[in-house]
Amino acid sequence: MMRRIWAVFIARNKEFMRDRGALGWNLMFPFFVVFGMAFAFSDKGEDIFKVGVVGEVSGLPARFAATKYLNFVPFESLDVAEGKLRHHQLDILLRPGPPLEYWVNESAPKGYLAERLLLGGGAAGLSVIRREVSGRPIRYVDWLVSGLLSMNMMFSALFGVGYVLVRYRKTGVLKRLKATPLRAAEFLAAQVMSRLVLSMGVFTVVYHGADFFLHFERLGSLFDLYLIFLLGSACLVSLGLLVAARVTSEELAGGLLNMLSWPMMFLSGVWFSLEGAPRPLRLLADAMPLTHLIDAARAVMTEGATLAQVSAHLWTLGAMTAVFLAVGAWTFRWE
Amino acid sequence: MSAVLEAHGLVKRYPRSQTNAVDGLSMVVREGSCFGLLGPNGAGKTTTVEMLEGILTPDAGMIHYRGAPLGKSFQERTGIQFQDTALQEHLTVRELLGLFGALYPSPLDPAELAVLCELGELLDRDPKTLSGGQRQRVFLALALVNDPDVVFLDEPTTGLDPQARRNFWELARSIKRRGKTVILTTHYMEEAYALCDEVAIVDSGRIIAQGMPDTLLKEHFDGVTIELPKADFKAPQTGVPGDIVERGDTVELMTSQVDAALEALKRGGSSLAHLRVRARTLEDLFLHLTGRELRE
Repeated sequence: MMRRIWAVFIARNKEFMRDRGALGWNLMFPFFVVFGMAFAFSDKGEDIFKVGVVGEVSGLPARFAATKYLNFVPFESLDVAEGKLRHHQLDILLRPGPPLEYWVNESAPKGYLAERLLLGGGAAGLSVIRREVSGRPIRYVDWLVSGLLSMNMMFSALFGVGYVLVRYRKTGVLKRLKATPLRAAEFLAAQVMSRLVLSMGVFTVVYHGADFFLHFERLGSLFDLYLIFLLGSACLVSLGLLVAARVTSEELAGGLLNMLSWPMMFLSGVWFSLEGAPRPLRLLADAMPLTHLIDAARAVMTEGATLAQVSAHLWTLGAMTAVFLAVGAWTFRWE
Repeated sequence: MSAVLEAHGLVKRYPRSQTNAVDGLSMVVREGSCFGLLGPNGAGKTTTVEMLEGILTPDAGMIHYRGAPLGKSFQERTGIQFQDTALQEHLTVRELLGLFGALYPSPLDPAELAVLCELGELLDRDPKTLSGGQRQRVFLALALVNDPDVVFLDEPTTGLDPQARRNFWELARSIKRRGKTVILTTHYMEEAYALCDEVAIVDSGRIIAQGMPDTLLKEHFDGVTIELPKADFKAPQTGVPGDIVERGDTVELMTSQVDAALEALKRGGSSLAHLRVRARTLEDLFLHLTGRELRE
């Protein structure tokens, strides 16, 4: 059995690697998108200071609280707030006193201005305790990269498996294989494995390649990130398999795959956060495997989450994978 | 010789079709023989062999391989050259032989296959770059990769030029010499005549005649075919022994009484300057049985 799976796996890999156009596109497209977005959004300046407050906003000095163009964001946990400050998502962090405690990030220019504002006007004459944090900013591209790589993985999985299977069926490749002792499950296992390996290969090259130039700010573990993408890729490949289980027309397959991939591309949080989105939209997004992949990967990237902290997403991906695979293999037809 | 493959009362109907593609077809293929299904396009030949191959499931009827229904091991004992098929892209002939060999428990050595199917210089090429005849040899090699007992060849020479066709016939004969049973479909009567020990003439999903090619011809015909250019032919008033058929620019007279027929033609005023006499073929037989040409 393993010999047959291995033979089909190797053949599929060769087929992919030798298709220069497909290989080039699979590698270049994500690079283009990542770099394009990095430059397009490199200067995302906002003229508003974000002030984190641990505790009651009403406990702040009244004059400071009344200053225009300050956006007060309350936090319950000091740790979370400090993390945001460290990555320039807050400009200053306050804990009402007395004595009033405040934290600034030395390497953030807006932090320096916010501190002047606090000491010069709002809190003049009060006893204050100053604390420092340091850390590099989390840029839009650091936030975005998880979504872009996930999206690329989705297209590669859906079209690379779904569309190819339908083409195999239409041209008679599947019929030829059906006449051999190869079993459907063996054939499908080889297709899934092949795409997983290729997808992770592309992920590795693109992530580390882009990292070399853009120096991503990743807070969580790289190993966790790989694990999440591996599971996400398995889920998306299985979805491609399910779509292609018995479709014989390339047009229909293309339509179905587009119908799945476009909503995912826009509604699963690739480009913008779904926090605060209307509830029905959020529910729809939760039904999409891509949402769970992106949420988990992004939490590891920008919040330093551990696997345990994103376990809900991972279980969902795992369950979806199992269902897609089971139904896909069960409904599969060679012809 | 014992029966290697036996089919009885096969029926296959495709959805949205008024008639059965295969309509109660029975046949027996003997060990080591070449069995030909001969018939026009759409006669049900491919549907029949695909049921025999185990690719299609019959709607009715039974198929036995060595006395037992087709089981899992059947696929390991058969090799198939499909009429319409494709291969994974970007793989060389050698890699394809390796891939398909790995799917069977005890494959033939690729080097032996290469010799058998004359693939020598083709081994490192992409099948996409091969000619029609070369590609058919690759498909044949893939059908033989598991050293099968039964080899199915579904219209193997359709679209090949005459030389490539004859070359392929030689390969088919060498397969037979290795003791394999060959089941061939074709709409070329000369191919069936050249290769088959037994032919079944198929029309509208049924076998309308079956036997050894020479025996079949003798059974149905006694005599020869006389051909005249249409322009030279004048229909005689008195009766001519045999059937007269027009085929394009030629008039054919099929008869067992050559002397009487020639007399009748001369009496009728036909010019015999361009007359030709030839033996009856399976093509004539098909016309005789159905009133239609084999290739319409």
